[in-house]
Amino acid sequence: MADPNPARTFNDPEDPIIAATVPDHYSPLLDVDPPAGENSRRPLKGFLVILSGLLLVGLLMALIGKSGPSVSQKTDLTLNAPAESTNISAQFLEPVSRGPSAGVSEKSFRLHSGVRAPFPWSNTMLSWQRTGYHFQPEKNWMNDPNGPMFYGGWYHFFYQYNPDAAVWGNIVWGHAVSKDLIEWLHLPLAMVADHWYDTNGVWTGSATLLSDGQVIMLYTGATNESVQVQNLAYPADLSDPLLVDWVKYPGNPVLVPPPGIDDRDFRDPTTAWYGPDGKWRIAIGSKVNKTGISLVYDTEDFKKYELIEGVLHAVPGTGMWECVDLFPVSLKEDNGLDTSFNGPGVKHVLKASLDDDKNDYYAIGTYSLESGNWTPDNPNLDVGIGLRYDYGKFYASKTFYDQNKQRRILWGWIGETDGESADIKKGWASVQSIPRTVVFDKKTGTNILQWPVEEIKSLRKSCKKFDKLEVGPGSVVTLELEKATQMDITAEFEIDKEALKRIGESDMEYSCSTSGGSAQRGELGPFGLLLLADEGRCEQTPVYFYVAKGTDGQLKTFFCTDESRSSLANDVDKRIFGSTVPVIKGEKLSMRILVN
Amino acid sequence: MRSSVFLLCVMGISLTQIEFPTSDLVKQTCKRTPNYDLCVKTLLSDPRSSHADVAGLAMVMVDTIKAKTIATLHRISELLGTTRDPKTKAALRGCVELYDNAVLKADLPSAMEALKTGVPKFAEQGTNDAANEADSCERAFSGVSPITSFNRNVSDLCRVASAIIRLLL
Repeated sequence: MADPNPARTFNDPEDPIIAATVPDHYSPLLDVDPPAGENSRRPLKGFLVILSGLLLVGLLMALIGKSGPSVSQKTDLTLNAPAESTNISAQFLEPVSRGPSAGVSEKSFRLHSGVRAPFPWSNTMLSWQRTGYHFQPEKNWMNDPNGPMFYGGWYHFFYQYNPDAAVWGNIVWGHAVSKDLIEWLHLPLAMVADHWYDTNGVWTGSATLLSDGQVIMLYTGATNESVQVQNLAYPADLSDPLLVDWVKYPGNPVLVPPPGIDDRDFRDPTTAWYGPDGKWRIAIGSKVNKTGISLVYDTEDFKKYELIEGVLHAVPGTGMWECVDLFPVSLKEDNGLDTSFNGPGVKHVLKASLDDDKNDYYAIGTYSLESGNWTPDNPNLDVGIGLRYDYGKFYASKTFYDQNKQRRILWGWIGETDGESADIKKGWASVQSIPRTVVFDKKTGTNILQWPVEEIKSLRKSCKKFDKLEVGPGSVVTLELEKATQMDITAEFEIDKEALKRIGESDMEYSCSTSGGSAQRGELGPFGLLLLADEGRCEQTPVYFYVAKGTDGQLKTFFCTDESRSSLANDVDKRIFGSTVPVIKGEKLSMRILVN
Repeated sequence: MRSSVFLLCVMGISLTQIEFPTSDLVKQTCKRTPNYDLCVKTLLSDPRSSHADVAGLAMVMVDTIKAKTIATLHRISELLGTTRDPKTKAALRGCVELYDNAVLKADLPSAMEALKTGVPKFAEQGTNDAANEADSCERAFSGVSPITSFNRNVSDLCRVASAIIRLLL
């Protein structure tokens, strides 16, 4: 992960990147139980690939190559096959004595329990953490993605930025452009805190592209009295494709908190969508007591607004809704849809970032322009109580419609898991996720599918394939690689069909975060990859599947990442996270990992 | 005569009743921190606490931590002038970095700004980290630390501050 020249603005990874054949189906990270009876499984043979990276030394692991014959037949297997009691052949990992990671509060870093010696971070160690291809400014603190859009032949990206320190504060808008969402050119700050209405923070906002070529940017300002207001800005020169300079509307703020809404609960305006009567609509998240809500405003010119009675939607107990996002998805097509699109064959995704637990939640439902409400398909999976975009560190996310390639693209802020003291020593904090395409999952009908944008393949330099590796219970297979710190990995797993038949029921409900991670062996898991493992495997980050059969006789597949031993440092947040993933009949257990 | 005496008594009672809710908030808030006594003592010694909401109390705490941090840096500076032992000196210098670069220049301003502008989640990171820095400083001394009381004080105050900020989340 070392970037030898942090001052470079174009990312240029030198390490070889591994790419196997890319499957043409997804393994989404979702938390939905597979519908009963629809989830058949092919018998699967397990194989395991380890990719190791050492801090300072190059990687060198002997390849345990085994070109054994294909073990299993591919026949369909129903869920009701009786379990038998012979050996399971798809297990993984020696048992380790480390206990499960304590349930770390998702809300912030724990205080270290007890007093311990400070971890001796060296500059070499810290510089190794700099990523090779994730979006990040050259230094200092970053958080929410802002105003993403495609304009003038360029992808534009703005972000919450502290120009003075590697911690949150003094927030202004950073700006960068790209031709391919992967290689970025950093531009001067787009907006700074230079008016009374944003002097305490130029906070999150979104872009709307009008059909006449205008670009509307709405954003939240924290005023000199710390009231949250919405402001309008637009490019100084629309003929500049890089949109370097921005102008703030002299009549700002265009929106102030309405009656009944607290001054501090009114932020993150969305991209506008075309409403009835030729007016535009935007949504702004808020809360009333503990109920998270989204307000909707009508506007014709983005300068004067009318609050629409009622709310777009509300969910009790979810707390403040930050970074609300509402967008259509096609039920039939694979392309994305413009934010204003509506009609038959379309559903709307409503998403909120919950301030209370620092996670992004979404729900699929129907948006009616007439009533102005959005209703979830399944109230049990409503916003904030159902599915998340991502079960790791991923917050304040925002989508935009990429009219260049007709895609809906999702950006998300990754706040990293090291402590602020390390951030201060590093001189920077946070990265953005690799942008992801978002489509409706036609197979489940209840989820969206995300995938890294295809442009990331342009970074691939070399390819290494490992085929038909067999892994027995409690074992580890190592692979020889040149370097293993920047990789694009695809791996497919098959569980031995006999093992699948014999799996017994468990009365314990498995969950990634409360489990013992990769150290907790079950009948059919964990199996997966050990990433960033050092020679003695004192540090390793397993990414794995875990298959269990519940008391209802249904197989459930979990996809987890175990950070409990990811670092010897004691000031790093080390969680085990993940969720269930639906496994569709006829599909394999496959994973895609970007290591950086 | 009688009626005016009655009026006086009524007013007297009402005034004392106005004061009850405020120190109630301090007490209620401090009960939910790991160090009630320190919390109450610190807050009540600042006049702003009497008409502050919970966010305001958190800000009083952060200001107190700032004052203690500066006091700690002064003490360290004194000790650097008088201490002979090279290990102690090295640890002291390390502590200067922690308290000056991290706590004073980054953690506390970030926490204060977050409290002022109504985004407490960023405030909690700041005070948590400040506690960790104080603990790190204490641990840096292999023998006996010459500034244990300072480090403990800062650390305890930060933990109280974090607990108060947690109430805002």
